Amino acid sequence: MDDAWEVAGRRFGSRLVVGTGRYRDLPETAAAIEASGAEMVTVAVRRVNLSDTSAPMLQDFVSPDRYTYLPNTAGCHTAQEAVRTLRLAREAGGWNLVKLEVLGPPPFLYPDMAATFEAAAALIGDGFEVMVYCADDPVAAKRLEEMGCVAIMPLGAPIGSGMGVVNPYMIRAIKAQAKVPVLVDAGIGTASEAAFAMELGCDAVLLNSAIAHAGDPVRMARAMKAAVVAGREAFLAGRMPRDYRADASSPMGGMIRP
Amino acid sequence: MEASITVTVNGQEHALPTMASVAALLTRLGLDGRKVAVERNLAIVPRSIWASTPLADGDALEIVAFIGGG
Repeated sequence: MDDAWEVAGRRFGSRLVVGTGRYRDLPETAAAIEASGAEMVTVAVRRVNLSDTSAPMLQDFVSPDRYTYLPNTAGCHTAQEAVRTLRLAREAGGWNLVKLEVLGPPPFLYPDMAATFEAAAALIGDGFEVMVYCADDPVAAKRLEEMGCVAIMPLGAPIGSGMGVVNPYMIRAIKAQAKVPVLVDAGIGTASEAAFAMELGCDAVLLNSAIAHAGDPVRMARAMKAAVVAGREAFLAGRMPRDYRADASSPMGGMIRP
Repeated sequence: MEASITVTVNGQEHALPTMASVAALLTRLGLDGRKVAVERNLAIVPRSIWASTPLADGDALEIVAFIGGG
């Protein structure tokens, strides 16, 4: 069954997008991403280590020829930093599809929406195709879409918190009004939560720590792959209605009588 | 003594011969040019002009690459 999704004219069979951070080492990163079945991976942009320029690099283990790199703006707290970072990313890789995230301070690293709007406008004006991490706020989400963002990515819960999708009604509301793909980004902690996000109707799920910080990352990557497929299938199948009363599964006709 | 300039690369000072290019700096640092991007005084230096872009005394450069991230 072909159930691909599209963002900015690019087609993906897998509805799981994974981060490449927080693994023990690059071989573990490569193995987990392979097991996840993801076709798009997020990456960060940082200064090269000039004291050891022969150290292996991410591209040696996670090939940009095989995976679509989605450069992020992790660590940026202002629109200027975010734009500067992604201009460098575009030069390093030649990609214009990017993940914008402008974060507020710890302990929540909540999306700074004023700075996010400012950075999104600058990036779109500069020719980027912006997938945007944002608050679970349907008004803000609609405005980002109207500005020209190519995907809306509300948080399920704070980054790295593993709290799941804490505001499912607003995620559903954001999806219901959107004409571009909606991804739950951040907060997913385990497979059932990824399935739940897909059951809400999201186009895809983006996660990193849930795999990287699992006891066995490769096994969790397989679990997430299955969960996203299961959640998507359940959404398409259409769940049965809820009722607090019972509704017997076995027919009452033909019962034996004393 | 050979004339030299001082540039700052990723926050560290480096002495280079005068007229050194961006390409020469990358070679000197042992970097694989296919995996990095260069910014000079806050402006991107496209890969296509690395060899023809001379560095000047006091230049501030950032050389970045992709690492794992979420």
